[in-house]
Amino acid sequence: MHLTVEERAMLAGEHGPALQKAMEIIVALGTIYGAAELVPVTSVQVAGVSYKNLGQAGLDFLREWAAQGARVRVPTTLNPAGMDLRAWRELGFPQTFARQQLAVVEAYRAMGISPTCSCTPYLVGNVPGFGEHVAWAESSAVSFANSVLGARTNREGGPSALAAALTGRTAAYGLHLDENRRARYMVDVRCPLRSGADFGALGYLVGKMVRNAVPYFRLSTLPSPPPLTLPLKTLGAAMAASGAVALYHVEGVTPEVQRGEMLAPDAERVIIEDLSPAYAALNAPVEQIDLVSIGCPHASLDEIAEVARAVDDRRLRAALWITTARQIKDRAAEAGYVATIEAAGGRVVADTCLVVAPMDALGFRTLATNSAKMAFYTPSHSGLQVRFGPLEQCLDAALTGRWKCET
Amino acid sequence: MQNGLTLFSLGQIAGYSMKKRLQGRIIKDGKAHGIALVSPEPIGFLGGVDPDTGVVIEPGHPLEGECIAGRILVFPTGKGSTVGSYTLYRLARNGLAPAGIINAESEAIVAVGAIIADIPMVDQVDISQIRSGDVVSINGEVVTVG
Repeated sequence: MHLTVEERAMLAGEHGPALQKAMEIIVALGTIYGAAELVPVTSVQVAGVSYKNLGQAGLDFLREWAAQGARVRVPTTLNPAGMDLRAWRELGFPQTFARQQLAVVEAYRAMGISPTCSCTPYLVGNVPGFGEHVAWAESSAVSFANSVLGARTNREGGPSALAAALTGRTAAYGLHLDENRRARYMVDVRCPLRSGADFGALGYLVGKMVRNAVPYFRLSTLPSPPPLTLPLKTLGAAMAASGAVALYHVEGVTPEVQRGEMLAPDAERVIIEDLSPAYAALNAPVEQIDLVSIGCPHASLDEIAEVARAVDDRRLRAALWITTARQIKDRAAEAGYVATIEAAGGRVVADTCLVVAPMDALGFRTLATNSAKMAFYTPSHSGLQVRFGPLEQCLDAALTGRWKCET
Repeated sequence: MQNGLTLFSLGQIAGYSMKKRLQGRIIKDGKAHGIALVSPEPIGFLGGVDPDTGVVIEPGHPLEGECIAGRILVFPTGKGSTVGSYTLYRLARNGLAPAGIINAESEAIVAVGAIIADIPMVDQVDISQIRSGDVVSINGEVVTVG
């Protein structure tokens, strides 16, 4: 592998032990995956923030690295934590968990990382341009960066993303290279996509089918009106959960298909005519709903506005949590949406995600969500039984406390 | 541990030609020496190895119940959660890390774990040449068995 003089100096420890370890990680990954060189990155999204996932070992490591002088060289944002960093007490998170969680965020902050605590960095200012190399963790954000923004990143893990932030480099393999960005599957979607949940259901099916390959979608009807940020966020998140899809293309929509042929000549053709198998797989037969979760991936301002309109002047029977980035919550509060939702009995929860929060410790048994990703992970991560459907159906469950079946 | 030692001494008594030199690829540079613990199956560290005892706890795993502390741990490749890198770090902090790691084909979880935990590691080694109980040395990219 070719290394520049500066990269070799980092590897030799001339810039201190923290940077040496970071460069060792980048070089080892380059070696394993056959990179010819390293490339500079313009931004990083770091995962491994929830103490529930990280544990004491992860916290110890982050503290040691920070103490050795680890500092990021490029703009770096952070994945969701295991709780709302301000309102954890009122939401019922245990104090022992909270103390360790705050220590994790503090270690990252010491390295110069913005504590955005969001899985949608692209909604809070970390927006790489077309063709830029970045190193992002968080599978749904990776998918959005590659597919919707046309930036280039592999699916990084927590330490490898952090190592890229410290060195400002990543190894040039995988999706950093042109030849790996062409689709090997052509997915012909013949049924209409009527809701965000339908995009999630489609993503669930295709992720299971294509695993870690690149799919190319041809949609029979394009949803209107654009922009497609919301449905594409949902589609990518679901494919990255049921499979390991890090990049997809949508004919006539995503930026890379506008600049060249992104379909491999020997691509395998898949036809999707029916989304009901996804709904069947992601729904448990529960009627009573304890908690309705909106905001996986984190809700945008528009989504929060939609919820506020639906619950305005009404009273909820089930708990309703909308998870979002702190910055988006602040804007929603300014617009009055937070007050409307709280008046109905709902919560706008910042910094966290119910997939990485210890939800079983909060006493909830059943959950309804409009996110296929959340419906996929929740049963195994926290043992709650799940209902999955469109936003309107979820909000109806929040108002009545029951899941209304469409049959 | 006891089995491994017994095998080794029998080998010496029988006068086997002991020294085998295998060439690998450096993942984490360094020198290590110890008794091999070989797994025919991949190892996942998060939930698979107890960071406070160094014992393999994955139910049904070929190494279940074995302690990896101080051993040259030989296995085909890693598996499981990416948080497993931090489990290796915690094992090292507890003095329970393997002395060295040899993989047939390395992947990111174990590679990153070896680097942050300072465990010498090589891959692309013909691990069928190593048996549990063999005395193994790692020196950069060279693995010596016996």
